[in-house]
Amino acid sequence: MLPVLARRLANVIPTLVAVIALVFLLFSVLPGSFISGMGEDGRTTIDPQVMERMRKEMGLDDPLPERFAKYIAHTATGDLGTSFRTHEPVTTLIGVRVWPSLKLVFGAMCFAILVGVPLGFLAALRPGSLIDTASMVGAISGLSLSQFWLGLMLMYLFALQLKWLPSFGYGDGGIQHLILPAVALGVGPMALLARTTRAAVLDVLNADFVRTARSKGMSEPRVVKWHVMRNALVLVITTIGLQFGSLMGAAVVVEKLFAWPGVGSLLIDSVFQRDIPTVQGCILLIVTFFLVINTLVDIAYVAIDPRIRYGR
Amino acid sequence: MSAALLKVEDMRIALAGDGTTYNAVENVSFEIGRGEAFGLVGESGCGKSISALAVMGLLRQPLSLAGGRILLDGQEIQHASPAEMRRLRGKRIGMIFQEPMTALNPLSPVGRQIAEMFVLHQGAGWSEAMDRAEEALRQVRVPSPERRIKDYPHQLSGGMRQRVMIAIALACGPDLLIADEPTTALDVTVQAEIIDLMRELCAANGTAILMISHDLGLVANMCRRVAVMYAGRIVEAQQADAIFATPRHPYTQGLVNSLPRLGERSKHGRQRLREISGVVPSIQSYPGGCRFNPRCPSVTDVCRSTSPDVTALPADGLVRCHHHG
Amino acid sequence: MKLPRLKGGTSLWIGGTLVGVAILVAIAAPLIAHTDPVLDANLMNAEIPPGEEFWFGTDAQGRDIYSRIVYGSRISLTVGVVSQLLNSLIGISLGLTAGYWGGWWDDFVSGLTNMMLAIPSLIFALAIMAILGPGLPSLVIALGLTAWSYSCRLTRAQVLSLKSQGYIQAARILGYGDLRIMFTQILPNILGPLIVIATLGMGTAILAEAALSFLGLGIRPPFPSWGSMLSEARDQITTAPWLSVFPGLAIFLTVLGLNLLGDGLRDGLDPQSTTRRA
Repeated sequence: MLPVLARRLANVIPTLVAVIALVFLLFSVLPGSFISGMGEDGRTTIDPQVMERMRKEMGLDDPLPERFAKYIAHTATGDLGTSFRTHEPVTTLIGVRVWPSLKLVFGAMCFAILVGVPLGFLAALRPGSLIDTASMVGAISGLSLSQFWLGLMLMYLFALQLKWLPSFGYGDGGIQHLILPAVALGVGPMALLARTTRAAVLDVLNADFVRTARSKGMSEPRVVKWHVMRNALVLVITTIGLQFGSLMGAAVVVEKLFAWPGVGSLLIDSVFQRDIPTVQGCILLIVTFFLVINTLVDIAYVAIDPRIRYGR
Repeated sequence: MSAALLKVEDMRIALAGDGTTYNAVENVSFEIGRGEAFGLVGESGCGKSISALAVMGLLRQPLSLAGGRILLDGQEIQHASPAEMRRLRGKRIGMIFQEPMTALNPLSPVGRQIAEMFVLHQGAGWSEAMDRAEEALRQVRVPSPERRIKDYPHQLSGGMRQRVMIAIALACGPDLLIADEPTTALDVTVQAEIIDLMRELCAANGTAILMISHDLGLVANMCRRVAVMYAGRIVEAQQADAIFATPRHPYTQGLVNSLPRLGERSKHGRQRLREISGVVPSIQSYPGGCRFNPRCPSVTDVCRSTSPDVTALPADGLVRCHHHG
Repeated sequence: MKLPRLKGGTSLWIGGTLVGVAILVAIAAPLIAHTDPVLDANLMNAEIPPGEEFWFGTDAQGRDIYSRIVYGSRISLTVGVVSQLLNSLIGISLGLTAGYWGGWWDDFVSGLTNMMLAIPSLIFALAIMAILGPGLPSLVIALGLTAWSYSCRLTRAQVLSLKSQGYIQAARILGYGDLRIMFTQILPNILGPLIVIATLGMGTAILAEAALSFLGLGIRPPFPSWGSMLSEARDQITTAPWLSVFPGLAIFLTVLGLNLLGDGLRDGLDPQSTTRRA
C-alpha cells in the first residue's frame, strides 16, 4: 500500500509546481500592475520616482525566471510573499479566511452526500418508480441551476421574505449563517451524486456476483447490505473527490454573494485590486487543497478495494 | 422409479420486448430423480440457461415465467412467494455459474462468501461459519484452506474459484445442484478435475445434478439421462448412451456427428469436419413449423408448416420430429 | 458515418424542444423583442413590475426585461457554442495526436491535462478573464481554454484502443498518412461521445458565463447577457425581485434543455447507459 501512496504523492508535486508556474506566467502578463493601479483612480498621482522605487522593492523588475525561482523557494518555506495592497504577509491574509471557506465547502459537501447518496440509492432500488423519476428529474434540474441564482432565490425567500435565516455574512460563525450558502453551493454536487449513485447501484445490481448472492437464498435487503453497497461505493467516492474541485470554483461565487469571508472572496477582490501575491497564494491554496482531497480519495480506494491493495 | 425430485411440466418463459411478447422457451418438460445426474444440452441461445434460472425463480425482467408447473418433491413452486423461494435457494437447490471470476464478490474474502451460507440457512455465528467454510474448502480440495479462506477472488485461479463456487452451492447439503456451464470458462485440464469433483461430492451426498452445457460429450459422460434443446424447445431426450448410439432427432444427429473422433482418419481417410449448416435463430425470429427446419437435412413440407408433436421413446425418452430416426 | 438509431426517449424530446426554442428565440430576436435591449432606456419606466406592457417588468434604467432576455439568448448561445467548439478543437487535436504518436508528446499532453484538472475550471477562467479583460470575445476564449481536458481524455483513450485494431494497421500499410488516418478512420468512431460532451459542456459554459458576469468579469452592463442582468438585479432584490427571477429562469431552462439533450444523446448512442430508465 505504501508504494502506491508514495507514487501518488510523487505525482502531486510536479502538478502543483506546474500550476504555480502557470499562474505565475499568467499574472506576469497582467496588463497594468498594482503599482500603476494605485495611481489610476485619478485622484492621487504618484511620483514616478516613488513608483520606480516601489517596483524595485517588490522585485518586479527582476527577470521572470529569477522571480519564479525565488517564489518557489519562498513557498517551500511557507512564505507566500507580501500583499501589494495591505503589506501584510499573504499567509496572514489568507490564514484568517481558511476556516470559513473550509466550513462552507465541507458544509456543502455534507449536505450533498447526506441528501444525494441516499436518494440515488433509493432510486436505483426502485427503478421506474415515482421516487426514481422524481429524484432524477430533481437531479437534472439541480445540475442546471446557476448556483448563485439559487442562492439569490433562497436568500430572497428564506431571509428577506420569511426572515427565518440571516441573509448574508458570517455572523458569529453559528450554523444559521452557514445554512443558506452551504445549501446553495451543495445543490449541484448533490444532484450529480444522486445520479452517479443511482447509476453505480444499478450497475452492481445487475452484476453476476449479485445473481450468485440471490441464488444463495439471500433476501434483497441483505444482498444490498452485504454485497451491493461496498461495490457501489467506489464510484461514489470518486465522484465526491472530483466534485470538490468544481465546488471550490463555485464557492468563489457563493462567497461573494453571501459576503462570506473566505478564500474565494479574497481571491476575487485581489484580482480586481491586482494584488498578485495574494491571488497567487489563494490559487495555490485552493489547488493544494484539491490535490490533497484527491490523494485522500485514492487512499480510500486502497482501503475499500482489495484488488488494489494486493495488486494484480 | 421413485418420485421425481424435480419435475418441470410444459414450462413457458416469455420475453417482453419492443411492444410484443416472445416465447423464449415453451413446452419444456423434464424430470430429475433423487440423486440423478441429468444433462441439458444445446447451443448458446437455445434457452437452457434461462430454464435453469426459472427453476430457481431468478428470472428478471424482461424475462418471466409465463406458464407450466415446476414441482420440487411433489410441491408446486412456480407460484411460490419470494420468501418461500428464498428458503429453497441455497438450502434445497444450489447453483453454480459459468464465469467464476465475476460470480464472486470481488470485495469479500472467499471464506466469508462460503460462510454466508451457514449464517443464512443454519443460523450459525460468524466464527463457527468461518470454521465450517474452511472445512468446505478442504472438501473441494483447495490446498491450504486455512490460508485460502482469507483470500480474495482475484487472488485465486479460475479452477479454484469454481471450487469455491461448488463449496458455496453444496454448503448446506442441497437436494439438487444446478450447474450452468461450469467448466466452459476453464482450461481443459482443469475441466476434468472440476467435473470429477462435482460427481464425487454429489454422489457422496445423494445430490441430484442438473448439468447444463453445450458440450454433448461432457454431458453424456457425466449424466445418466440427457435432453437436447433447440430454439426454446426440447427436441430429444434419452439415456446418455442411447443418445450417442442412436440419436433420433436430426439436430442431435448433427451434434453427435460433428464431434471429431479419434482414429477416424486411419479408418476413413482424411475428411472435413461435419457441421450443422446455418445458425441458431434468435428468439424474435423463430421459424414456423418445426423450428429446426431451415437447417435440417431431412426437411420436407410438413416440417415447414406444422410443429411436430412429441413422440415417446423407450426408457422414458422422447423426440420431437416428423421424421425421427 | 451511419447515424445510429436514436432511442433517447423523453429526455431527447424535452431537451431538444427547450434548446430548439432557445435557438429560435435567438435567431428571431429582432422580430419578437419589443424594444432595443440597450438603447431603449426610459427612466420614467424604471422598476415596473411585470404587467401588460412590460411582460417581465423593467429594470432600474427603465429597460424592458423581456426584450433584454430575448436578446440575451444570443449572447448565451454564442458563448455556449463557440466556447465548446474551441474546447473540442483543442481537446480533439491534443487527444488524437497524443494517443496516436505517443512518446514525449503524449507525456506532455497528459501532464498538461493533469494540471488543468487540478485547477477548478471557474477559477482558471477567472484568471484568464482577469488578464483579457471583460467582454464577449475574452469570455469565449477563456471558457474555450478551460474545459478541453474532457474531450482530450476521451479522444486519447479511444485512439489508444483503436490504434491496435486491424483496420488502422491496414490503413497504415496502405500508406495512409498519419493525419489522414486520424481524421478519416478514428475520428468518425468517437464523434458520438464527443457530441455528448460538447452538448453538456455548453450548459456548463452558459452557467460559467453567468457566474463570471455576476462577478464582474464576464459581460459587463449594459449588454443584456443573462448573467450581467443577474448581477445588476442583485442589489434590487428587495425592491424589484422580478429582475432576478427571469434571467435566472432563462438560464435554468436553457441549461436544463442542454443537459436533457446531452443525456438523451448519450442514452441513444450507448445502449448500455444506466442513466436511462432502468
